[in-house]
Amino acid sequence: MKLTSFAFKGNVRRQLGNAVLQDNMKRFGGRFVKARAEAMQQVDNLEALRLAATQVRDHTLAHLEEYLTAFEDCARKRGTVVHWAETSEDVNRIVLNIAAAGGVSRVVKSKSMVSEETGLNEALASAGIETIETDLGEYILQLADEPPSHIIAPAIHKNLDEVADLFSSRHHTPRQTDIPALCREAREQLRPHFLSAQMGISGGNFLVAETGSVALVTNEGNGRMVTTLPRIHVAITGIEKVLPTLNDLSLILRLLTRSATGQDITNYVSLLTGVRGPDDLDGPVESHVILVDSGRSGLLGTDLQPALRCIRCGACMNHCPVYQVVGGHAYGWVYPGPIGAVLTPAYVGLEKALDLPQASTLCGACQVVCPVRIPLPELMRVLREKSMERRLRPWTERWLVMLWRWVAAQPALYAVVTRWAARVLRWAGGRSGLLHHLPGLDGWTEGRDMPAPQGQTFRDLYRRKAP
Amino acid sequence: MSARDRILGRVRQGLSGSGTVSLPDRGRPRGPHVTWPSQDRVQRFMACSLRMGTTLQRAGTLEEVPSLVARYLGSHGLPLCGVAWPSLRNMEWVGAGLALEYREAHAGDAVGITSAFCALEETGTLLLVSGPETPASVSLLPETHIALLDAGRLRPHMEDAFDQVMESFSTWPRALNFISGPSRTADIEQTIVIGAHGPARVHVVLYGQ
Repeated sequence: MKLTSFAFKGNVRRQLGNAVLQDNMKRFGGRFVKARAEAMQQVDNLEALRLAATQVRDHTLAHLEEYLTAFEDCARKRGTVVHWAETSEDVNRIVLNIAAAGGVSRVVKSKSMVSEETGLNEALASAGIETIETDLGEYILQLADEPPSHIIAPAIHKNLDEVADLFSSRHHTPRQTDIPALCREAREQLRPHFLSAQMGISGGNFLVAETGSVALVTNEGNGRMVTTLPRIHVAITGIEKVLPTLNDLSLILRLLTRSATGQDITNYVSLLTGVRGPDDLDGPVESHVILVDSGRSGLLGTDLQPALRCIRCGACMNHCPVYQVVGGHAYGWVYPGPIGAVLTPAYVGLEKALDLPQASTLCGACQVVCPVRIPLPELMRVLREKSMERRLRPWTERWLVMLWRWVAAQPALYAVVTRWAARVLRWAGGRSGLLHHLPGLDGWTEGRDMPAPQGQTFRDLYRRKAP
Repeated sequence: MSARDRILGRVRQGLSGSGTVSLPDRGRPRGPHVTWPSQDRVQRFMACSLRMGTTLQRAGTLEEVPSLVARYLGSHGLPLCGVAWPSLRNMEWVGAGLALEYREAHAGDAVGITSAFCALEETGTLLLVSGPETPASVSLLPETHIALLDAGRLRPHMEDAFDQVMESFSTWPRALNFISGPSRTADIEQTIVIGAHGPARVHVVLYGQ
């Protein structure tokens, strides 16, 4: 996926000015929040589950090498070829090699965010291989030639009218505006591809070290199709997605589906191990797993390591007041919302995603709903500090912060300056008590007025209250 | 040096490698699970299945199943033919008026009949295990999936189902599919539509006590 995170502010301005998107975000964004809340109300030991899941993820990351090699051993014994990819380019090259060796001309894909990181579809297309996305949301976006805006509901930014137009123009069919009819149309369009593709590509929600299996969590059944019907199955997933045992998988799934869509379980949970047996009637004859690093190992042992616990439920973005307004595209890469504000700078470089860790009020909603207790506000703060230390922020901002630090370190001076500032701002607020402009800080007043201080500092008030 | 060595080297370095690369002796601990008020096991399973959109009916014995399936198909205007798991070929389907083929599923199959290896009370979920006699495509391609479930095969949680698979198979099966109701999507305007790529109807015939 093309990176535009460096242009975050421009992206945001465009999304805020997009009336259709603003309407769509308002109408659909809250449904995940409601569904999650209802699901969690049914669980009386939520904190015990979260704590246990966090411990499982931390334990796995602390022994990542051992669990990855254990997974590799078990998978190989079952006939799965395990590939290691250091970069996005490696991933694409490995897939193209598998496709070339297998004489593949058509690929069906179920949703894989890692393949969005690598731009796999473009790589396959330039090799002359037809690639069809089969998750309904991803299929809509492939027709529209747009990137996903959410990790579990990739087309959440599109409304019914837009999908109706798209299907009718791309399928050359009469325009339908009934949601079930459109889903039916997609099913009928995609069925022949499932049956004729030589290769199926999926992500991997988890890898299970104990059995060498890939676990897939889906509702539509497309994940089962691409891993059952084509001759070759390739699963692409990050090295951090391994779990030690099937019991750990059972635990994590309880939180994943409830946190994501509010379901107690998704319609399908598939555990895929190796290739079809000699007497089997279906299943792939070739099975590949690509273990992708692409920046992940760089987080181990750093303050950002907890971000690797992420199980990709999307709850942090669903609950983020910034995401709810600007939508996923503004973040400019694969992972939007708070987790994206941490992972994007960590994977592509802080200087290319400088504003993402700033795109938060640090309200803490993301941390409260995260099923594996990732301290997202703290991690964004760590990245903000790093961008100061590395002098990546604009010089005006750095000077302002340094000036503030100098003043704040001298209590007497601080008292004078704040008293003076409070009075000036009160005067500037006038009768309305609102500030419409702040010279040099227009970002704060562009979309809203800032309430002016009432003219007294905390110290003034405290002194008066004190006995 | 291979990509594998370089990646694992970085992992080791990041975790400031203790040098001992051996799996911790952790065992297979079970984490907490969701709890529910004590309830009859069959009732619990049926209630959860219904919530996921599965329909159910009870049969006294396995022998009654073929005629019940025929009646279900007839009453829903569905064809009395389809594909079934080879493992079910010895049942009295013909006597019940059903014309079945025992193989993997093909494009034109409207009805797929399987049994379930076991089922979960926690979520109303069927577990299907693939094998030479139990091809995975039969529960996937046809628009109607009918699953036969022995009431004695209900297990409380997913962990219990995994234990059961370990006991029953010397080689871990290629595909385990946990199925909870018909396929669905909510990708257009967050509106749930039943019948995405997988079956649009999942009907369970629960037999035995």
